[in-house]
This record gives sequence, C-alpha cells and structure tokens, in this order.
Amino acid sequence: MSGSSPEKRYEQLKAEAKEKVGSTADKTVVWVGTATCGKAAGAITVREAFKKEIQQRGLEAQVREVGCMGHCYAEPLIIISKPGFPSISYGFVDEGLVKLLVDNYLVNDDPCYEYALVALEPNDYFPTFSDFPRGVYENKTILGLCGFIDPEEIDEYIAENGYAALARVLEMKPEETLELIKRANLRGRGGAGFPAGRKWEVARENPEKEKYVICNADEGDPGAFMDRSILESNPHQVLEGMIICAYVLGAASGYLYIRSEYPQAVRRVRRAIEQAREKGLLGKSIMGSSFDFDLEIFQGSGAFVCGESSALISSMEGKMGMPRERPPRLSESGFRGKPTVLNNVKTFCYVPMIINNGVEWFTEIGTPESPGTAVFALVGKINHSGLVEVPMGTSLNQLVYDVGEGLPKDKAFKAVQIGGPSGGCLPESALDLPIDFDSLQEAGAIMGSGGLVVLDEDDCMVAIARYFLEFTQKESCGKCTFCRLGTKHMLNTLRKITTGQEDELATLDVLQELAEDVKAGSLCNLGGTAPNPILTTLRYFKDEYEAHILEKRCPALMCKELIAYYIEPKKCSKLCNACVGSCPTEAIYTRDDGLKAIDQEKCVKCDNCMKACPPEYLAVVKLSPPSLVEEREGKKK
Amino acid sequence: MELLEGEREEIVSEVGNITEKYQPEREKLLPVLQEVQGRLGYLPVLAMEKIAEFLRIPTIDVYGMATFYNQFRLNPPGDHQIKVCMGTACYMVGGQIAMDSFERRLEIQEGETTPDRKFSLERVACVGCCTLAPVVVVDDIVEGHVTPTRVDGLLLAYDGEGRVPAESARQVEAGQQDEQQSEQEGEGEQHS
Repeated sequence: MSGSSPEKRYEQLKAEAKEKVGSTADKTVVWVGTATCGKAAGAITVREAFKKEIQQRGLEAQVREVGCMGHCYAEPLIIISKPGFPSISYGFVDEGLVKLLVDNYLVNDDPCYEYALVALEPNDYFPTFSDFPRGVYENKTILGLCGFIDPEEIDEYIAENGYAALARVLEMKPEETLELIKRANLRGRGGAGFPAGRKWEVARENPEKEKYVICNADEGDPGAFMDRSILESNPHQVLEGMIICAYVLGAASGYLYIRSEYPQAVRRVRRAIEQAREKGLLGKSIMGSSFDFDLEIFQGSGAFVCGESSALISSMEGKMGMPRERPPRLSESGFRGKPTVLNNVKTFCYVPMIINNGVEWFTEIGTPESPGTAVFALVGKINHSGLVEVPMGTSLNQLVYDVGEGLPKDKAFKAVQIGGPSGGCLPESALDLPIDFDSLQEAGAIMGSGGLVVLDEDDCMVAIARYFLEFTQKESCGKCTFCRLGTKHMLNTLRKITTGQEDELATLDVLQELAEDVKAGSLCNLGGTAPNPILTTLRYFKDEYEAHILEKRCPALMCKELIAYYIEPKKCSKLCNACVGSCPTEAIYTRDDGLKAIDQEKCVKCDNCMKACPPEYLAVVKLSPPSLVEEREGKKK
Repeated sequence: MELLEGEREEIVSEVGNITEKYQPEREKLLPVLQEVQGRLGYLPVLAMEKIAEFLRIPTIDVYGMATFYNQFRLNPPGDHQIKVCMGTACYMVGGQIAMDSFERRLEIQEGETTPDRKFSLERVACVGCCTLAPVVVVDDIVEGHVTPTRVDGLLLAYDGEGRVPAESARQVEAGQQDEQQSEQEGEGEQHS
C-alpha cells in the first residue's frame, strides 16, 4: 500500500470503518450519554441497569456510550436505535424508566412516546429537533456529532467523514490550506476573536525550523463547559484540526493543554491520540505523506490566568503561570522560544469543517465580521439549560426565550451574565443585541469563551459583581500592581456595600474610576477584563447599588447581611412544626400564642425554614432591610 | 500538619519512584508535582524538598508552584473529601449556604482538614452539573440540591462507618476499573 496517495489511503480507512460501524446497523443499540454532566446525573446507574435488564431477558441489544448531546436539563439522556423505528432520545432516565423501556420497547414494539424527548430522524410518529424552536435556531456544526458517536471509537468518526479533510489537505500545498482559513475569516473562539489565519501565517513564515501547535483547553470559567464537552464527546475533531494546522506550519509536535480537573476529557483524548497513531494519522509519515507530527497531553493545574496564552506557555515550561508582555507574539516566539500557534478547542474544530464544506459554507453562517457559529453553555435561571450552538448574530432574546425556553417559575428576567468573570451583565434592554464579537464588546461584555448565565429577579447584581471579583482577585497572578491590589480594593468595596457597611454614595465614583484604571494598568486580559462585571452592573443596575448604600436594602433579597427571615403571624399555622425541625441552629421557637417566631440573634439565614414551610402557608418571608422585622414585631405588640 | 509514623519513609520512597521516570528538567516540574499529589493526596514539605533536590532548583521554586496552582494542596486530605461547588449557577442558588453549613458543623474553614483527618473541606470552581445546583461532591459522589438539612444528613451518613446514603449511590466513576488505571495521575485531586 505504500506509495499510494493520502486520499486513496483515506478511502480504504473509511471503507474499513464503515464496514465495522455498519455491522451494528441492523441491531438494537442503547446509547447512554456519559459525559461528566451525564455521569453526575446518574448515567452510570442507567447504563448498568440497561446492561442488567438486557442480560436478564437474553436480548441481543447493545449498550454503548456517547458524549454530550447538549440537553443538560434532561440528563441522564439516552438514545435507542431499533431497526424499523426512528432513533428516539429519552430524557430524565432512571432505573424505573429503564425497566419500562426494556419491557415495552426492546422486548415488544412500543416506543413509549410519552417518555420520549425527541426523535432523531424525520418520521410519522414523533417530532424531531427541527420541530422545536430550539432546533430552528440552533445550527449544529462543531457540535454536530457530539452525543451521536462513540468518542472512544475512531472508526465512528471516520465513518462520518472524519479525517477526510486531513487527507485532502495533505494533497494540497500548505499555503493553499492557509488561504482557505484566511478567506473563511475564522476568528479564535477563545474569547478575543483574533483571526486564526493571521496567526498561522506569521508562524508559518517564520524561518525557524522548530514550531509548535498547542490547543488551549484550560477552560477555567466557572459555569462554562463547552470545551470539556467537545473533548469528551468528539475528541478526534480537535485532533484533526490540530494536525491540519501543524501541516500548514510545518510543525512536528503539538500539545493539548487540558485542565486536570477534567479527568474524563484527558482520558478520552489520550485514547483518541492512541487510536489516531494506530491508524497512521499521527506519528511518522502521516497517511503515507512525508509529513511527521505527534501530539501529547499536558495537564494544567487549575490557574485561571493560564487561559492567557503567554501564561499557559510559561506553565508548560515549569514556571508559575504569569503572562509576559506581547509583542513578541507567540506566533513569533512561544513555547521554548519557538513560533507557536495556540488556538482554542473550538477554533480547531472548525478547521476540518471548513476544508470539507468550503469557505462559502462557513461565511454564509453568521455575520460578515463574525462568520460561523457561537457555542454557549446556557445555565442559570433558564428552563432548558445546556450546550447550544447558534449562528453568530442570533439575538440574546432568541437565545434565552426560544432556545432556552425562558425562565422557570414565571420569574421576571433581570440580566444575562455573558463571558464569565471577564464578561459583563447585560439588562433586558440589551436583549435585542446580536451575539458577535464586536456588538458584545460595545455593550461592555465580551464573547469570552461562551458561558451564559441567565439571572432573574431574585439575583442581586451587586452580589454577582462581588462573586466574579472574588474569583478574579483570587486568580490574579500578582504581576501587575493594578490587577493585584486594584481587584482587592474593588472587592473590599463591594463587600462593604453588600454587607451594609458603606454609607457614602461617592464610593461608586471611586469604584468606577478604579475599575477603569485596573483595565488600563494590567498587562493581560485577566486584569484587563476583571472590572467588566463591575462596570456593566454600575452602568445598567446603579439603582441596586444605591439601594444597598442608602437604604441598606437588597432589592433582590439575596445579600445575607441585609435581609432577615420573618414568620408572618397571619399566615402561620400554629399546628405545623416544619420550620422548627428544619432550623439547624434552633433559632425558631413557639410563642406563647402557638405561632412560630425566629430568634434573629441565632438565625444564620440558611433559607431552610423558607423551604420547609409548606406551600399552603408560605408564612416565612425575607425582609430587607432587616430593621423591618422590629417594625413589624413592634406593631404586633 | 504533623507527619504520622511511617509517613516520612513513605513520602521519600514514593517521590523517588516517581522522579525516577522523569528527566531532571524544569519542564517536568508540573507533571511531577501532579503525580506526587496523585500518589500521596497532597504535597508535604518533605516531598517538595525531594523534588527540588531532583530538579536541582531551590525548594522555594517548588513551593511557589505548589501554592500558585489551585490543584495542589499542602494538607493531607480527609478520609472523606467534601467539595462544595462554587460555580456561578451553584453560587446563585445557595452554594455559600452549603459551604457555611459544612464549616459550622465540621468547625473548620474551607481548605482545611478536621484534626481527626476524617473530613476535608474545599471549594471547587465548577463540576459542570449546573442543573443540580447547589452541588456538593463527597469523595466521588455528586449530591445535588444540598440544603443545610442535607448537610447534616450527609455528615451523619459518612461519619459512622463511611456508609454511603442509599438514595445517592450515584457513582461518578463507579465500576470502571479499566479507566481507573489511566486516571491515576489525575486522581486524588481532580477538582481544585
């Protein structure tokens, strides 16, 4: 076979893969989503239950694992493919439902539509994704295969046209591929949106022989899990993008920098690398060409600042992850001082897709300035939380209300926090804003890596700003004075405000000024964006700050020091003791008249009694400012 | 924290076994630290001294790395490791309340271990189960919707013979022996 072209070799690989995968097409398969999120919700129990039930009944069905489908709200999720039926996905699966499905569907032929979530192929019985609003707005490209193929089986990826782009690229000149990426205007998905093609070009043109390709999977934002999900669900897509990039640069080795907090992602990527080596897709003379390239995993150690490219390099070199001044850019002098291309997981994922489908396909999605799609981890006060992929330019409104299906419990929308600790909070008036790199920046937030938290009327904006500041303050590496001390001072100010120790309204002006100074006086993006949560909340929710300072009142009833729990005598049923039993500090007592009351001295504001009070009474309420309690009790007496 | 009997020898031999596999290069510092912690569960001062000796760098550089990165801990973990999720979604619905409750009951602060080494308490950035918020991970079992009452229940359940409450037998990594081997490097301290 030696001497044949990469494309010929690929055809053979694909034929083999198809044969292997196709051999299960006429069998019943139960696919269980076992990414970290699925496992946390109980996917392993579900998997074992299926195995047990199937074995007990002597059925021929297989139980296999897939990654994440993105519908996290309905975990654990499964898909059942039975010949003669469309593939059907079921959500909220537990052991009972497993029994039911095995009895009714696997043994007999009743798919139990009442428990089904969605069908995967068009059919006459049950709606598919495109019949739901979410399916209409979503455009799954890089998430397309996530949750539908076995991430630990390279043949499944190859059978779905995986590594075809690599074979094609190996037949082309490297500069032709570079030209495609540049024309597609692929912008880095790590947050800043720097054009990937320009980065690659600079590194390519550098005369230095030794070059590196690094994938940044150090996803440190709390509440963001897009990269983890992709690595756990379809790791080969990332590898293929990296190999193509290496070919363009002429790099011989590359690294995937993955957080060690993602053990499952590390494991699946490690397996993917091994399988790619076995197939001759990594290592010496890839697919029979003269191109050599190999990949290794480097595990990050949990420092948010290492998401910053120069800090990441520094940590790979065995030093503390502190950013350095740029220029020189990494594409000129990066890992070990050599030209290095560092891109985000998602950026690499788009590369094979652009090669396969063409530049026009890519630029037609999204907006002219930000082509392609955006992947978000949609969480917080939203009905259908999960991983979503929408074209750039989709409005926040569509994302929250159509894709996410709105807020639970009929609560009023207050804000979206977009971009994690570096992003900002945007109010209702910004809901029409299209999502792309530039519009968000104008509104004061950033695209960031794609965390999107929906906040409702019960969320205090000052507390949110404080939460993110606590995070960035702790994660500041300490190199720049403004970031190191500035974030600390801002945090102290916010703490004073949220605990009712701040009386001067003028503090807000100082806070604003300091925030702008920290932005200007920091070397890297951590300091440069850390004040964003403060700046945006000051811009859009100043009234909440004022209420905290002037009235010592938390409008959202969230800041512990500014609220008090109170049992309304009118609503309290004397006969029920739920609250008394629920209190961990014995602060609730029965008054002489049989009603319950809270000893404010002992109360730790744990919210237990409010949850415990039966829905027919709902006698426990939160009051802010706390002095209201005395007022009410005073009146009573 | 004082070393117990026999721990000194264990540390020296474990570190020796691990460093043996590596070239003495500065680039290997982070992987070595990760592996040592994976073995011992934490980074005792003695281990850091041995690593510094091996790489021929000042001990303070190793200490600097160990304190810079969130993954590393300088105290031995408890028999049961309690990790309270402080991701955005958890924080918004009472992650701090769960943390306060643990601190109150165990009489330790976040990042510490109880004197009898039974429980250690720490915060993690995000376990990625935002829909179950607030989430607490005890050893490898994810507990969702944790209220202060649940905190009491959890501690009671684990305090006796380390018995796991029946309703939450949701093993994140249950019965995956083949995977456990490759996971050892990251084990022990998967969440910072």
